[in-house]
Amino acid sequence: MKNPTSKDRNERDDVSTQQNDRVTVSSFASIADRPGFIAKDSRAIGADLEARGVHAWFGAHHALADINLSFSAGTVTALIGPSGCGKSTFLRTLNRMHEFIPTAAMAGEVLLDGVDIYKQGTDVTKIRLKIGMVFQKPNPFPSMTIGENVLSGLKLAQIKRSDKEDLMEECLVRAGLWNEVKDRLSAHGGSLSGGQQQRLCIARALAVQPEVLLMDEPCSALDPGSTLRIEETIRHLSESVIVVIVTHNMQQAARVSDYTGFFLSEEGPGRLIEYAPTREIFSRPKDQRTEAYVTGRFG
Amino acid sequence: MMSTNQIQLNTPAPRKPWQKAPSALVPDAIVFLVAFIAAELTISLTGFKGRLALLLLFTLYSTVGSMALAFKRRGIMAMSDALASSFIYLSIALVGLPLFSVIFTVILRGRHALRINTFTQDMSVAQPDAPFSQGGALYAIVGTILLVLIATAISVPIGVLTGLYLTEVRGKAEGLIRFLVQAMSGVPSIVAGLFIYAVWIVGGHGGFSGFSGALALSILMLPTVARTAEEVLKLIPNDLREAGVALGGTQWRTVAMVVLPAARSGLITATVLGIARVAGETAPLLLTIFGTTTNHFNPFVGPMSALPIYVFQLLGTGLNVAIDRAWTGALVLLVLVSVLFALARGIGRRTKS
Repeated sequence: MKNPTSKDRNERDDVSTQQNDRVTVSSFASIADRPGFIAKDSRAIGADLEARGVHAWFGAHHALADINLSFSAGTVTALIGPSGCGKSTFLRTLNRMHEFIPTAAMAGEVLLDGVDIYKQGTDVTKIRLKIGMVFQKPNPFPSMTIGENVLSGLKLAQIKRSDKEDLMEECLVRAGLWNEVKDRLSAHGGSLSGGQQQRLCIARALAVQPEVLLMDEPCSALDPGSTLRIEETIRHLSESVIVVIVTHNMQQAARVSDYTGFFLSEEGPGRLIEYAPTREIFSRPKDQRTEAYVTGRFG
Repeated sequence: MMSTNQIQLNTPAPRKPWQKAPSALVPDAIVFLVAFIAAELTISLTGFKGRLALLLLFTLYSTVGSMALAFKRRGIMAMSDALASSFIYLSIALVGLPLFSVIFTVILRGRHALRINTFTQDMSVAQPDAPFSQGGALYAIVGTILLVLIATAISVPIGVLTGLYLTEVRGKAEGLIRFLVQAMSGVPSIVAGLFIYAVWIVGGHGGFSGFSGALALSILMLPTVARTAEEVLKLIPNDLREAGVALGGTQWRTVAMVVLPAARSGLITATVLGIARVAGETAPLLLTIFGTTTNHFNPFVGPMSALPIYVFQLLGTGLNVAIDRAWTGALVLLVLVSVLFALARGIGRRTKS
């Protein structure tokens, strides 16, 4: 068939979409069925990150009040809550991206392996090397190729490595993108689809080997297939790094996280209402506001 | 095979239903024709004279006509649409006519004196009234190239760094710097020449030379480059800066590796606009490079010439032959500037891929 018409192309697309959907559903189920899926015990290895009495302001607006949370290696923590409750702001205080807003201010301590990252004299670039971030909107560097994007963190931080090719492959494999891009590593990052771009950003964040990975709604702009891949990536990553993920998608929080924190702002700064193993947050929340939110009665 | 044939039979021919059919354009054509005839009639029957009057009347009549047509077709809202379209086409004509007229005139009048020796000889022996086969503009061509290159080398780095200060550093002096850059872009070009003459040449730092001229041109070029650079750097999404910093880059590493490469084509535009601003300047050069008629290619010592000065000096003689040479100088300048622009674009494209 030399010239497939638009009509039969559409038909084939329909079929493949349906197949994709089926794959998606069954894969989600397999993740949730995995033994030890929820509330895995934190292991002693790796780093730990702790927020103590964190407040945040934008000018005179008190956005976030008195957050105490600790994250340990080998766990995924989801932060959920309605828009404007301060969960993204909290995430950005954890790797000192908060200070990029000119009117920003904060109080409290964020301890990485017991040392306050806000201590005077701290080299903030070293902190951000250890605590990586994936943003809501995929933001690969437009002037770089796919391969250069993965290794851009090394260049930015001026880290010398001899095994760059291996590292690039390893990061792309871990981000679940290797098979799709291995033949076009010298293409531009902007030529990828949205979901691929986001996985490229994850690979880029992994290349500097962070101890913590902060993800700010990483799947909010993606289709279900890409979302599934990124969730699988998150599960894999949690074996070696602390993952903190902000999400509006409660099914996603239930699927990927070990612990969940519920943030809410009630005519005042955002607060941490409840923090517990994910299974408990979704099955028997202690606070009725949490229950109302996770059952979809508001928010 | 069967199904393939069926599909091919059922495949409709591609169409563009959103385009007007030729028959639907007939009323528009009639409107323009009637407007043109009406304009001609008005000119022959009333006191209006000349082509300009014809153009104005034609524009007026065809605007009214197409508004009436639009009203008949789609009602009152479509009338403002038709009015706006007419104004836009009129604006294009008003911008395009003088531009093409200038280019056309320069080519038409500049071609008489164009010879091979224009590019190989100087005017040290040839008198202004010498035949076209003697003498040339080599010294002025080289002078202009050197002046523009030196001025670009000085003002593009400073201009881009100024743009970076205004968009990335955002220091305390941001408002003051922006004000100064704006004020500088209003400096008359002769003042830039006078400044370099008074401070640099009379002050004893250097004599009349190509470099002094390039300094004067830099003063004119800098605000153009800085303001354009600021505008294009502002367009780079903040996401990219945040991504760079979140990967552990310092601010400078992020700017150098992420922000500037992303803004590359815009920064090339800034450079091109800067070159366009100064390549044809005459007044500041009279006070700084003085002008000469001999081949002299060292920009750091002794008077030089440039194409605008070549044109100016030859026009000043009043001889017909010299005036033809001056037009040729203008034509060479026009081509030279186009080549510089193409080069700048080429550099921008090549380093990207």
